[in-house]
Amino acid sequence: MSVTEMFSYVQGFLSADQDIREDIRKVVQVLEQTAREILTVLQSVHQPSGFKDIPSKCLKARELFCTVRNHTGELKTKFPVEQYYRYHEHWRFVLQRLAFLAAFVVYLESESLVTREEVAKILAIEVNREKGFHLDVEDYLAGVLIMASELSRLAVNSVTAGDYGRPLRISNFINELDSGFRLLNLKNDPLRKRYDGLKYDVKKIEEVVYDLSIRGLAKEQEAVGDK
Amino acid sequence: MSKREDDGCARKRKTEAGYKSEACMNPDSPVIAAFKVFQQELDTKHDKHERLVKISRDVTIESKRTIFLLHRVTSVPDVEEILSEADVKLDGVRQKIGQIAEELRGEDLHQFHRAFTPGIQEYVEAVSFHHFIRHRTLMSLEEINARLVFMRENKGEGEVAWTGPSVLTFQITPIDYLLGVADLTGELMRMCISSVGNGDIDTPFQLSGFLRQIHDGFSYIGNTGPYEVSKKLHTLRQSLGKVEDACYTLRVRGSEIPKHMLADVFSSRAATHVDPDEPMV
Repeated sequence: MSVTEMFSYVQGFLSADQDIREDIRKVVQVLEQTAREILTVLQSVHQPSGFKDIPSKCLKARELFCTVRNHTGELKTKFPVEQYYRYHEHWRFVLQRLAFLAAFVVYLESESLVTREEVAKILAIEVNREKGFHLDVEDYLAGVLIMASELSRLAVNSVTAGDYGRPLRISNFINELDSGFRLLNLKNDPLRKRYDGLKYDVKKIEEVVYDLSIRGLAKEQEAVGDK
Repeated sequence: MSKREDDGCARKRKTEAGYKSEACMNPDSPVIAAFKVFQQELDTKHDKHERLVKISRDVTIESKRTIFLLHRVTSVPDVEEILSEADVKLDGVRQKIGQIAEELRGEDLHQFHRAFTPGIQEYVEAVSFHHFIRHRTLMSLEEINARLVFMRENKGEGEVAWTGPSVLTFQITPIDYLLGVADLTGELMRMCISSVGNGDIDTPFQLSGFLRQIHDGFSYIGNTGPYEVSKKLHTLRQSLGKVEDACYTLRVRGSEIPKHMLADVFSSRAATHVDPDEPMV
């Protein structure tokens, strides 16, 4: 094979690769748009009026997730499934956002941590790599960490809105998350960087809980029981 | 005073948090159970990554040594001897790449690509350099990949025993190939200069023709390739420039200067190769 032939072969490979990336980018753009819409719906829970109709907001968000499922279905068709990690960078960000949104909705509904299986189901993707387009464990964890900062904000705003019980529940939940993350041996990667921010969220919520406790606003006595 | 108050509350908060996290650490908690699974999954992945990095480093070192060995062909009479010695070394490198293939069995090649790409590029450089010295052509991607097929016997390593012999292949990505070839041009430039130092007049012209072809190929790809390719294109231009300058000098002054003095024109360190028996002009 001559040098010229070799290079035109490689060039052919490269342009095919670029076409795939172009297709992926288009779908990811739509996904990002939908993710922003969901976020807007959920952001309104921080409004004083929003606390009352959290269930209806969650319902609306769940409806929007239907659109997400269509788009993820479309995304799957854009590239060979065994090359997931080759193009991973393109949808990594949006998948983390979507994992966060799914986790947030589930938390608002049931005050529990969403499992990776549940997120995968909400987004209509797989959990295991072998089965196809899947949710990488690091992306799931990153989504959970984004939710933690959102919850610390929610704790502050729920006090403003006069809901004094919620910060205590959030505090318990975040503490549990924190001890969960402590179990992981993270490398010096983006996930680790994001995890380093978790302690500030924990601190923030504890300050809120403290403020409530010394003023006797906390209804649940066991949180301050050791005093 | 307010500071003391702050200190007080900080301490209290600490104990409270400590108490809480302890309470949450009970292994029955679904969150903790879930994170234990994640811990395992992440650890397995990181371990594999580390192993691959280590193999890749070994591949890099051995490939570099092979390239150094191959650079000696310009100064020894028996080229074939060195080529076969390099062949043995490259076989060793291929064994190591076999280990990479083993690690990647059933995995997504691209998930761990970053761990072993430096080693693979270096291997491409070494093996194509070897090929060039022997055949004076560019080794194609298929030829390289064809040699990366491994037969694995059922080895009782105490780990998962695979049933029967199996065929493992390792596919070098076109991008790794491209980057390896770009590195090859640097080696060819060095070879050109040192062969001039040894009074070899033909090789530089062959090399400049070959390098020009590669350069044209890279220009054809241009900026459609990844970022690293365009970075290497710059170095490639420099190498090509040096080789072309060398050929130019050979043409212009080759007829004037005695062959053994050409060495001084290109590099002073090559002067040691000048035969002391010949009379200096």
